[in-house]
Amino acid sequence: MFDLERWEEIFETIRKNKLRTFLTGLSVASGIFILVILLGIGEGMRNGISAEFEQDAANILYVWTGRTSVEYKGLNPGRDIRLKTTDFQTTAKKYENDLEYKSAVYRIWNGVVTYKKESGSYRVEGVLPDYQFLENSSMTNGRYLNYSDHENYEKVVVIGNRVSNDLFKDADPIGKYLEISGINFKVIGVFTDPGGEREENRVYVPLSTGQRVFNGQNYINNMAFTLQSEDNFEAALAASNKFSSELQQFLKEQHTIAPEDNRAININNSLENAKRFYDLMDMIKFFFWGVGICTIIAGIVGVSNIMLIIVKERTKEIGVRKALGAEPLSIVVMVLHESIFVTAIAGLVGLIGSLALLELVGPMIETNFIANPSVDFGVALTTVIILIVAGALAGFFPAYRAARIKPIVALRDE
Amino acid sequence: MIEIKDLHKSYKTGSNSLHVLKGINFNVAEGELVSIMGSSGSGKSTLLNILGMLDEADSGTYTLDNVPIKNLNEKIAARYRNKFLGFIFQSFNLINYKTALDNVALPLYYQGMKRKERLERAMAYLDKVGLTAWAQHHPNELSGGQKQRVAIARALASDPKVLLADEPTGALDTKTSYEVMDLIQKINEEGRTILIVTHEHDIAEMTKRIVNLKDGVIIDDKKVDQVKAMQYV
Repeated sequence: MFDLERWEEIFETIRKNKLRTFLTGLSVASGIFILVILLGIGEGMRNGISAEFEQDAANILYVWTGRTSVEYKGLNPGRDIRLKTTDFQTTAKKYENDLEYKSAVYRIWNGVVTYKKESGSYRVEGVLPDYQFLENSSMTNGRYLNYSDHENYEKVVVIGNRVSNDLFKDADPIGKYLEISGINFKVIGVFTDPGGEREENRVYVPLSTGQRVFNGQNYINNMAFTLQSEDNFEAALAASNKFSSELQQFLKEQHTIAPEDNRAININNSLENAKRFYDLMDMIKFFFWGVGICTIIAGIVGVSNIMLIIVKERTKEIGVRKALGAEPLSIVVMVLHESIFVTAIAGLVGLIGSLALLELVGPMIETNFIANPSVDFGVALTTVIILIVAGALAGFFPAYRAARIKPIVALRDE
Repeated sequence: MIEIKDLHKSYKTGSNSLHVLKGINFNVAEGELVSIMGSSGSGKSTLLNILGMLDEADSGTYTLDNVPIKNLNEKIAARYRNKFLGFIFQSFNLINYKTALDNVALPLYYQGMKRKERLERAMAYLDKVGLTAWAQHHPNELSGGQKQRVAIARALASDPKVLLADEPTGALDTKTSYEVMDLIQKINEEGRTILIVTHEHDIAEMTKRIVNLKDGVIIDDKKVDQVKAMQYV
């Protein structure tokens, strides 16, 4: 390895064949470059998708209802199923220790919201205080709803940033009164949501107030839950799947729905969605590795070809060396050394180039599905190992051929 | 030094078998300077290849410095070549991208000698062939005679028992040929055994013994009065 003589020889052949070595190196360098960039983009997609899921609490379960599709116990299909407050209360009580946040949602349809001359149609919902955390909302001004608002049927409202901008322009909305379908509510807070404008376009009132004022009786439209966090993704996924199926069963019993009816009760399990995305990500990552490795293989074949030519060119020299006492192994090592050296240097250039590109350009990429593409140290290390192996592979056949050169044939004068 | 008994060698080309050496018996004592002559196809190169362990005989025995040479694998053959033999070729076969000094040091490299030591040794041998001033030059900057002298220094570097020269003057003009032969004679006078394959009579006359090969057998083996190359230089 630290044999001066051999290094000298390698540099000598490289110096004599600058263009050839450069082109060979280029194929390896671009192979590694493409691999690392692909992996970086893969990582970026993963980051981006993770960011998408951060809009709501990551392990949220969201329940909504529809119509029954199957006849059951003498009841016709097509019945409208509506959740009741008791459904929520029973569930909350039953899973008290498993649940982190929980909220029922009563939706007020056609919620026209008016402040002085400004008005707009927004999604108005009666919710519980936990809903702030379920939606991942944070307050920019004032406070969120609390339990005393709920218990006292307070006519208070928190509004999204967008709503505040629409109705109040630059004025401070806190303490002002706005009308929802003609009924006055006092604004107590303005929230912002990582989900962006779509989720800031909402207005929340206390659940109890909403049900009473808008004639909701004891009906609710949705329920949202998060489970206590688990140590790892698999455990969390298992827990949420279990909760989801138990909840479904319970609600079906409560509302006399056939067990096989999949339309009446719907539970959106965000973890399961996440898992699907993560699985997809893993597939994409796998694919990227495949493409990258194939590119590198093309590079290896290039190096291998060049080494074969070099061996061919040096046939006579190798013959001389053997006549002077070079053992076959030393010839093999000589060829392998050169091929590993060329691959490693070219590969490192590709690696450093791609890392630099990811480092410089990566943070600037801001699209929905790619965020901060980067590769970690482990991946970089893996590619370096791939390089060394690639170099050895590329050199193996030429080296084998070189070792088999018979000096008597090589030395025969033309 | 060299003992050969009943050496046979044939080459197969397709379905034909070409019997090249048909029973060679041949001894060389230490310190001899022998030329092997013969027209092309007489088998002289094949004989030299077998002597040089570049090729193996089909039958017969070959003993070099009391070591039987048989059943060699490549590794052992390489070691023996390095230890016992020095080669001088018609076309010099120097490595173009190495300096004269590095070329001479190459056999020592394969002996595993340290760089400093082998360069010193190589320098001493370059001095012996009178090319100290050309040590750092590459082969393409040297004349034919100089190249062959570098090659001779290289052959001597590993201090071999026998020097094998295959048409050492074949690529040189007459004057240079005699200079090279003068050098070879001087090396022989120091006691080294040398075998030369040649088809030039004047070169053969400068050795001490001429072996004539024809159609794979020795037809003539005689000691001759050596002509000193010095007188032509």
